[in-house]
Amino acid sequence: MITLDLMTAILSLTGLGLILGLGLGLAARVFAVAEEGQVSALLALLPGTNCGQCGFAGCLGAAEALASGRAGPRLCPAGGATLVPLLAKHLGLELEDAGHDEGPRIAVIKESLCTGCCRCLKVCTTDGIVGAAKQIHVVLREACMGCGACAERCPTGAIQLEPMPVSLQHWIWPKPKPELALR
Amino acid sequence: MRLRKVFPSPRWGVHPPDRKRPAADLPLRVLPLPERLFVPLQQHIGTPARPIVRAGQRVLKGQLLAEPQGTLSAAIHAPSSGQVLTIGEVTAPHPSALPIPAIVIACDGEERWIESDAPSDPFDLTPEEINRRIAAAGIVGLGGATFPAALKLGLGYRAGIHTLLINGSECEPYLSCDDRLMRDKPEAILDGVRLMLQATGARQALIGIESNKPEAIAAMEQAAQPYPELRVRILPARYPMGSERHLFAKLTGTELPADCRTTDLGVLVHNVATAYAVHQALRLGHPLVERILTLNGGAIANPGNVRVPIGTLVETLLEMDELNETPARLIMGGPMMGQSLPHARVPVVKGTSGLLALTAAETAFGTPRPCIRCASCARACPMNLLPMEMAARIGADDLDGAVELGLKDCLACGCCAYVCPAHLPLVQSFNHAKGALAARERARLRTESARRLAAARAERLEREARERAEAAARRKTERALRATKDPTPTITDPSAPERQAEVV
Amino acid sequence: MSQFSLVSAPLAAPHTHGGEGVGTIMRKVMLALTPATLFAFWLYGWPAVHLWWITVLASVLGEGLAVRAMGGRVWATLGDGSAILTGWILALSLPPWAPWWIGASGGLFATILGKQVFGGLGCNLFNPAMIARVALLISFPVHMTQMVEPLPLGSTGAPDFVAGLRLIFFGGPEFDAVSSATLLSHTKAEFSRGLDLIQQGVSLPSVLGIQAGSLGETSALLIALGGVVLLGWRVISWPIPLAMLTGLAVPALIAHALDPARYLDAATHLLSGAAVLGAFFIATDSVTSPNTRPGQLVFGLGCGLLTWIIRTYGSYPEGVAFAVLLMNATTPLIDRWIRPRIYGRDRRGRALEPSHPDSKGDQR
Repeated sequence: MITLDLMTAILSLTGLGLILGLGLGLAARVFAVAEEGQVSALLALLPGTNCGQCGFAGCLGAAEALASGRAGPRLCPAGGATLVPLLAKHLGLELEDAGHDEGPRIAVIKESLCTGCCRCLKVCTTDGIVGAAKQIHVVLREACMGCGACAERCPTGAIQLEPMPVSLQHWIWPKPKPELALR
Repeated sequence: MRLRKVFPSPRWGVHPPDRKRPAADLPLRVLPLPERLFVPLQQHIGTPARPIVRAGQRVLKGQLLAEPQGTLSAAIHAPSSGQVLTIGEVTAPHPSALPIPAIVIACDGEERWIESDAPSDPFDLTPEEINRRIAAAGIVGLGGATFPAALKLGLGYRAGIHTLLINGSECEPYLSCDDRLMRDKPEAILDGVRLMLQATGARQALIGIESNKPEAIAAMEQAAQPYPELRVRILPARYPMGSERHLFAKLTGTELPADCRTTDLGVLVHNVATAYAVHQALRLGHPLVERILTLNGGAIANPGNVRVPIGTLVETLLEMDELNETPARLIMGGPMMGQSLPHARVPVVKGTSGLLALTAAETAFGTPRPCIRCASCARACPMNLLPMEMAARIGADDLDGAVELGLKDCLACGCCAYVCPAHLPLVQSFNHAKGALAARERARLRTESARRLAAARAERLEREARERAEAAARRKTERALRATKDPTPTITDPSAPERQAEVV
Repeated sequence: MSQFSLVSAPLAAPHTHGGEGVGTIMRKVMLALTPATLFAFWLYGWPAVHLWWITVLASVLGEGLAVRAMGGRVWATLGDGSAILTGWILALSLPPWAPWWIGASGGLFATILGKQVFGGLGCNLFNPAMIARVALLISFPVHMTQMVEPLPLGSTGAPDFVAGLRLIFFGGPEFDAVSSATLLSHTKAEFSRGLDLIQQGVSLPSVLGIQAGSLGETSALLIALGGVVLLGWRVISWPIPLAMLTGLAVPALIAHALDPARYLDAATHLLSGAAVLGAFFIATDSVTSPNTRPGQLVFGLGCGLLTWIIRTYGSYPEGVAFAVLLMNATTPLIDRWIRPRIYGRDRRGRALEPSHPDSKGDQR
């Protein structure tokens, strides 16, 4: 008698679980929300420089990858740490611990190594390098997005990506360590 | 004897022990002039001033060193006569220890003033002229906010304010520079107030002084006797009574709406020391080059108020005044909202109201523990916020959640962290969040601008390609034209026709 | 010469502190509980003492184990005294001669599953002592409802220190402790037998507390005294105790007036069971109660009301533990809906409309 009761219980609950689980999975497919407007909304958040650092075909490719779930919100180096929570929020994703981010980086040209070949100028995604043939080039800080295209192109290795220098106006108080400093 | 109106003590805020005496009761001291003065180019809110002097140039006391850049800026003057050594960098009096540009002056010890251009009677001047002189004197809000005073007065004038509120509350513990000034120079302060009334067109001024300064109250009331438009009001001694919002509410009985400025409601607030500086500038022609600050704290051997030239290094002050032990913290300002200094080689600036050398016992620092949600912070908050909830959201990096709870209304007064049993660094959380939000906004603007630049570049490339294509097409048609106009020339070389054919 | 040297990390304001520490608050609560606890010790003798320290020890042990398992600093965590307090309150809610394993398992449950699993102090949603009590009640109903008549220390037949230990650890039929029921459980049992209150001849419970009950249920007077002391020290504030006692007393008053035979009167309700203990020490737990005064009033009222309902209509004689747990679940909701009005804004968070102050001056 006990065995019969047990078997009935097991079978009925298992059956119920299976049916409901299948039902849920079906519903997730059938009733999935169409995400057409999402791609353009994501595109608006991304820098739009099409630098290709994310590995996708420009910012449109990255937006599509984000919308379809092929890529996570951390895909854009040019957007930096500030872009990540914005993308995550838009996609409705939970972010785990932010991890260490050194902050935005900008390209700096070492004047002693610059030969004035103008190659970096041509690949800068925001036209942020000023220079002429045989003249030392300089990167405009306000225009640089830190995509690194110029650094890759420079034949003498004169360009390095460095963290943006902090000024007093832009200094931020560090976040206090959690009170589980008892850990 | 006029009728005094005393307000009951409010429930918001905290009441830390005063610790102002005996420093407040001692007479003002003037310390010997230091050898070097390091005058930062930015001692105010807004754009740094632009230097107009060169290294090696000799300057007189009060001479213009740097002129304001843009509307929101202030002038910088030489605090003593001497020679400009260099325009270099000095560590900012800020916890970050970042460098800021400063003009270094080697003092010659003679303290020769520039020629005064003070008018015979400033009350003959128009409001615009008064404002212009105040701006030329480099006066900024000396209560600590350092907002350019002329700009603020101009705003008040244009808004048609009717009342000036003069802040003599000095609610932070330890500090007594305003107290000292009110006791020693009440007539000068009130003269400055009356000049401000002239500059703004306001009809009356209320001078709010906390009840823990009876001598200052008496002195100011005495000096205000001949002027019915100037009235002294006694405020309850509570921190942060000096907050503009709360001062306004106490003295006018109205709650200031969140997105309003006091000028929207016909009122402008200024500090007593600012009024004194206005008096100095318009009566004596002296720009803002020195100020009174309080030296206090358990580690200071001789606490008291001192008058120092702007640009004096804190290290020099401490050498002259002496510490009797190594302080746990060196603070510029008061203990509740002051900035902790990374080291002593930082200059005194226009906004320095005090220098505190606190012992470990006075800081009462404790290791942070988990929040027990006791809501002491919520009870203490003068803005009725929920600090523990905001801190919890900020800890989880939910900055928007913190904003929703009212982070933007936070004064960063420190009342919450002062009472927290768990010693949580609440103000640091809020300051971090505010900074992170500002950084996010800056990053967003940067992204926008990068997007525009990238679009402009794409357009440029397209245009160039178009032009190249057009130019190539033009060259092609020109060649074709030349070919038709110019028939094949006579060629003796039998292989010429083939060559011609190749070329075409 | 200034010996002040470079400070590495930026130090944030404020640079002074005026409040007390967490440990101080916990110690004050323990101090306020002491009179009632000592009275209960006297009333029930050594077994009660042993039960108390076993529960407290288990509670502390549980916290230490949990913190060690999570890689935290054990002594720093135990130093705030919250584990001791949890164990203490739990001990006060147990039957005075319960076997040792009731106290031990309760203590371990309270800190490990009631608190540390959520993240430690400040992170738990439910009152840990009450969670443990309810778990024990549901798991071991017989042991948790076996009350005894008071057998004060020094009276004939009362077990001594060693005998008390033996009793707690091994049980023992050799004592003449009369098993008894609390007033509430007695009336409920009699109801089920068909006797109403008048027929039962229920009298007002002893204000001094010489009656059967758990350790903390006996002396309402001493507990209330401790509660008032806490109010004076500002460790707790008045909304929750007031609202809870009101929420219990008012329905009782109304119901008793309507049908004295079926419903106990307000005074009985207030003086019996863990009402006063709950109002001053249990429901006021800051971690699990709302932040704002109005929120706390709602919370307290709910606790009191639910207590009355469970006592009257539920199958359990005492409802404080369940009521507090149910209201703990609503605390986040209460906190979400009831927020203080930010200065300068209206209740919705919108900026106020500017109203111009009297230009003639500061009349107000």
